[in-house]
Amino acid sequence: MRMVVFRGNTPSLWLSMSVVTVQLGQCGNQIGFEVFDALLSDSHSSQGLCCKRENEAYQASCKERFFSEEENGVPIARAVLVDMEPKVINQTLSKAAQSGRWKYGQHACFCQKQGSGNNWAYGYSVHGPRHEESIMDLIRKEVEKCDSFSGFFIIMSMAGGTGSGIGAFVTQNLQDQYSNSLKMNQIIWPYGTGEVIVQNYNSILTLSHLYRSSDALLVHENDAVHKICAKLMNIKQISFSDINQVLAHQLGSVFQPTYSAESSFHYRRNPLGDLMEHLVPHPEFKMLSIRNVPHMSENSLAYSTFTWAGLLKHLRQMLISNAKMEEGIDWHVRPPLSGLPSLGKMSLNKDLHFNTSIANLVILRGKDVQSADVEGFKDPALYTSWLEPVNAFNVWKTQRAFSKYEKSAVLVSNSQFLVKPLDMIVGKAWNMFASKAYIHQYTKFGIEEEDFLDSFTSLEQVVASYCNL
Amino acid sequence: MTQSVVVQVGQCGNQIGCCFWDLALREHAAVNQKGIYDEAISSFFRNVDTRVVGDGGSISKGKICSLKARAVLIDMEEGVVNEILQGPLRDVFDTKQLITDISGSGNNWAVGHRVFGSLYQDQILEKLRKSAEHCDCLQCFFIIHSMGGGTGSGLGTFLLKMLEDEFPEVYRFVTSIYPSGEDDVITSPYNSILAMKELNEHADCVLPIDNQSLFDIISKIDLMVNSGKLGTTVKPKSLVTSSSGALKTRHKKPFDAMNNIVANLLLNLTSSARFEGSLNMDLNEISMNLVPFPQLHYLVSSLTPLYTLTDVNIPPRRLDQMFSDAFSKDHQLLRADPKHSLYLACALMVRGNVQISDVRRNIERLKPSLQFVSWNQEGWKTSLCSIPPVGHSHSLLALANNTCVKPTFMELKERFMRLYKKKAHLHHYLQVEGMEESCFTEAVSSLSALIQEYNQLDATKNMPVQDLPRLSIAIILSSENISPGSLQFL
Repeated sequence: MRMVVFRGNTPSLWLSMSVVTVQLGQCGNQIGFEVFDALLSDSHSSQGLCCKRENEAYQASCKERFFSEEENGVPIARAVLVDMEPKVINQTLSKAAQSGRWKYGQHACFCQKQGSGNNWAYGYSVHGPRHEESIMDLIRKEVEKCDSFSGFFIIMSMAGGTGSGIGAFVTQNLQDQYSNSLKMNQIIWPYGTGEVIVQNYNSILTLSHLYRSSDALLVHENDAVHKICAKLMNIKQISFSDINQVLAHQLGSVFQPTYSAESSFHYRRNPLGDLMEHLVPHPEFKMLSIRNVPHMSENSLAYSTFTWAGLLKHLRQMLISNAKMEEGIDWHVRPPLSGLPSLGKMSLNKDLHFNTSIANLVILRGKDVQSADVEGFKDPALYTSWLEPVNAFNVWKTQRAFSKYEKSAVLVSNSQFLVKPLDMIVGKAWNMFASKAYIHQYTKFGIEEEDFLDSFTSLEQVVASYCNL
Repeated sequence: MTQSVVVQVGQCGNQIGCCFWDLALREHAAVNQKGIYDEAISSFFRNVDTRVVGDGGSISKGKICSLKARAVLIDMEEGVVNEILQGPLRDVFDTKQLITDISGSGNNWAVGHRVFGSLYQDQILEKLRKSAEHCDCLQCFFIIHSMGGGTGSGLGTFLLKMLEDEFPEVYRFVTSIYPSGEDDVITSPYNSILAMKELNEHADCVLPIDNQSLFDIISKIDLMVNSGKLGTTVKPKSLVTSSSGALKTRHKKPFDAMNNIVANLLLNLTSSARFEGSLNMDLNEISMNLVPFPQLHYLVSSLTPLYTLTDVNIPPRRLDQMFSDAFSKDHQLLRADPKHSLYLACALMVRGNVQISDVRRNIERLKPSLQFVSWNQEGWKTSLCSIPPVGHSHSLLALANNTCVKPTFMELKERFMRLYKKKAHLHHYLQVEGMEESCFTEAVSSLSALIQEYNQLDATKNMPVQDLPRLSIAIILSSENISPGSLQFL
C-alpha cells in the first residue's frame, strides 16, 4: 500500500484500491470503452474548479482505481475484454488506442471466432467451460497488477448470449476463486420492445444466476437512458454510442473519487467496498439503480445555473416517485406521513406511487458542496422500517466538479425502482415459456426446463421481497 | 470471424449463385479500398497464390492475390456451369469446386435425389470437405436451388441430409425458389413437395422465394424508373436488380434482374456478420431468434429500398418509408401478405446510416398494424450494420416467421393433389430405383402436418392476449424477521 503524505495542511493522499473491470460481449465492451474514456477525460478536465493539489489528488486516485501505468506514461485500463467473436473487441481496442490518452493492455483480451448466437445456454454451458481457464487466467493477471484490490466490476448485457451467459459463468467462477473479493455486475436491461427475441429468457437466466453469485447488481435500462438522450439531451438520431456515453457519465459520477463525510483528509479508498457497505445490507436485496441530475446537452448547460437545493429537491422527488429522469417527475407522490402506519403493501396491480427504499447513497460533486443540505433524504418515511435512516442513508462529497457540470448529484439507490421492470420481464418470459417456444434452442445445450423453473422461482421471490418492503 | 460456403445446385441455383458472387466481389471491392485480405472478405472468399500448384496456395493475410469463392457448384447439365467458367467470373472459381454431368435430371426429383445422389455422393462429400478444410471456422452452408426442377430440387435436398450428417454443427440455410402457379414444368408440384419433406427435416432455415414475386418487383422498379414520376433521377447502381458497375461485364441474361434480388438478399443477410456495426447479428442468431419451434423455420423476406434516389440527405420520412415498405406485400420475395397474417417473430436487419432510435420509432409506429402471436408480443430482433450496400446509403432486410407462408404451401399441395389423383407422370418417378408411392404420401403428410401447425397458430390470431397465472411464492422473508442487529455487510 502506497502512501504519499504532503506537508502542511494539504490533504494527505492515501491511494485508492483498484477495481478490475471485466467487459463481456458487444454491449459490455462498447460500454466499457466509454466508461474508461469518461473517467480519464474527467480526471484530466481543466474545469475541476478546485486547486491544483486537489486536482492532482483526484487524478491520482482515479488512475489508481481504474488504470495501471506503462513506462511511457500512457495509462492502461485495468480491464479484461471478453467476446466470442472478434469485430467488437478489435474496434474497442483501436478506439482506445486512437484516443492517445489511454489504452487497453496488449494481452488483455480473449476472443473467439464464433459468437454465442444470443443463446444464454451456449454462453453459459459451452463457451464458459471451454474457455474458463484462459479467461480466468487473464483476470488473475490483471488482479496481480493491483497493489490493493477492491474487487471486480463486470459489464454485461442481459439480452444476448455472451455477456449474459458467459457473464453469469464468469461471475460464478469469481465467487469460487475470489471468495473474499467483491463483485459488482453492471447489467444492461434491453429495450422493452425488443432487441433480441429471446431476451426475456436470457434475462431471467442471467438475473437468477447473478443473484446467487454477485454481490450487487447495478442496473441500467436502455429505455430509460434512451429517454434521457431524447428529452434531456435533445439528441435527434440516437445511436448506441449516445446511449453508452450517458451510461458512462452516470457510472463515472459514481466511481470518481469522493470524500467521506467524516474525514475530508483523504479520498475514500475502496470504491466497491464502500458502495456495497452502504447499499447492500442484506443479500436478498441487491438491485441498485442510478439517477443523476443534472443531465443536459452542452448547449443547454451553457445557459443553466443550478443550486444544490434545487438539484436535491428534484433528486429526492425522482426517488420517491420512481422517476427515471429529471423530466416528467410526478410531484404529487408523497411519502407516507411518519408515525402513521404505511398505506398497505405495494401492489403491482395498481400504479406504483411511492417508492420505498432500503438504502440510498447520494454523491455530490462541485462548487459549494459543503453547503448542500441532504436532510430531505434522511426522512424515515422514505425507508423500510428495518433500518435506521442513519444507516440507510449516506452522502459523499467532493468539491471537485465532475465532467462539465459545475454542480452534479447522483443517487445510487437500493429501492423498489426495479420491481416493475423486473416483474414485466418475468411475466413476458413466463408467457413465452408456457408455449415452450424457443426452449429447444436451450435444451440443445443443457439448459433444461427445470433450470428455467428454478430461475422463475428465484426471481418471483425477489419481486415479492421487494414488493413487501 | 467465421466463414460460409455456398453450394449452388442446378440451373437456377447456379445462375443465382453467379449473380451472388458478382455482387459480393463488388461489395467487398467498395469497402476494402486497400486490397488487404481481411476477415470480412474471408467470410466468402479464399485468398490464393495462383502460382502455387495444388492445395498449398492459401494465403491468410496480407495483400489480396487472387480471390476464390468458397463455393461448390453442382449441376447435372453442363450448360450453365460451363458458361460461368467461360464468363468474366471464371477466375473466381476453380474446376476443383465443380461437379457436373451431361444428361440432366429431366425435371425429375427422383433422378436428382436418388440416381445422381448415389452416383455423386462421394464426389460431393469430397468437395464439401475440401471447402470446409479451407475454412478457419466454418459456420454456415448456404444452399441455393429451385424446388420445381430435378437437379436443384432432388440433388439439392439430397445434399442437406449429407450436410447434416457430416457437419452437424454447421448451419444449413436454404434459399429455395418455389414454382409459380404458371410454371411451365408440369411435374413441379411433385418435385416441390418431395423436396419440401427434406427441407422440413434437414434444413435449419429456409428462405422461400417465388419467381412471380421477383418478376412483380422488377416490373414495379421498371415502372418507377421509366415513368418519370419521380422528381429526381434514380441512381443507376442503386437498383436492387442492377449489376451495372459490376467488376466484370457480363451479357445480360433474361433472369439476371431477378437473380440479383436474391443475391442482394444473401448479401444483406450476412452483412452484419461480416461488417461492423453498433448491434451485430451473426448467422447463428438468425436461427436462435426466428425459429421458435424446429419445424417452423420458413422465413419470408423483403428488401427495401428497391432503389435510391439521388438525394444524398435522407430526411426521416424517406427512412420511415423504407420501414413501411418492408411490411407491404408488394415487397415480399414470396407471394405473401404478412400484415394480414400472424407473426411469430420478425428480424429487421438494417444497413447504413440508421441508428437505434430510427428503428425503435418505426417499430412503435408499425406495431399496431401487425399481429404477433400471444407469447411473443414484442418479437423483434434488430441489427445495425454500419456498412450500406453498394449504391445505397441505407437498406433494410426484414425476415418474418409468419403464417403468411401457409397459402403458398396450400396451393402447392393442391396442385400436387390434382396431379397425383390422376397418377399423372407418376411412372417417371416410380421407375427410379427406391421410389415408391409411399414416398409421395409421406411427403404430402409432412407438408400437411406443417400446414396444420400454421393453422393452429392462425386460430389464435384474434384471441385476446391473456397473461398466464404466475408462480406464487411463499414469502420467506418478512420485515418482522429483520432487526437492525441482524443486518451485516457480507
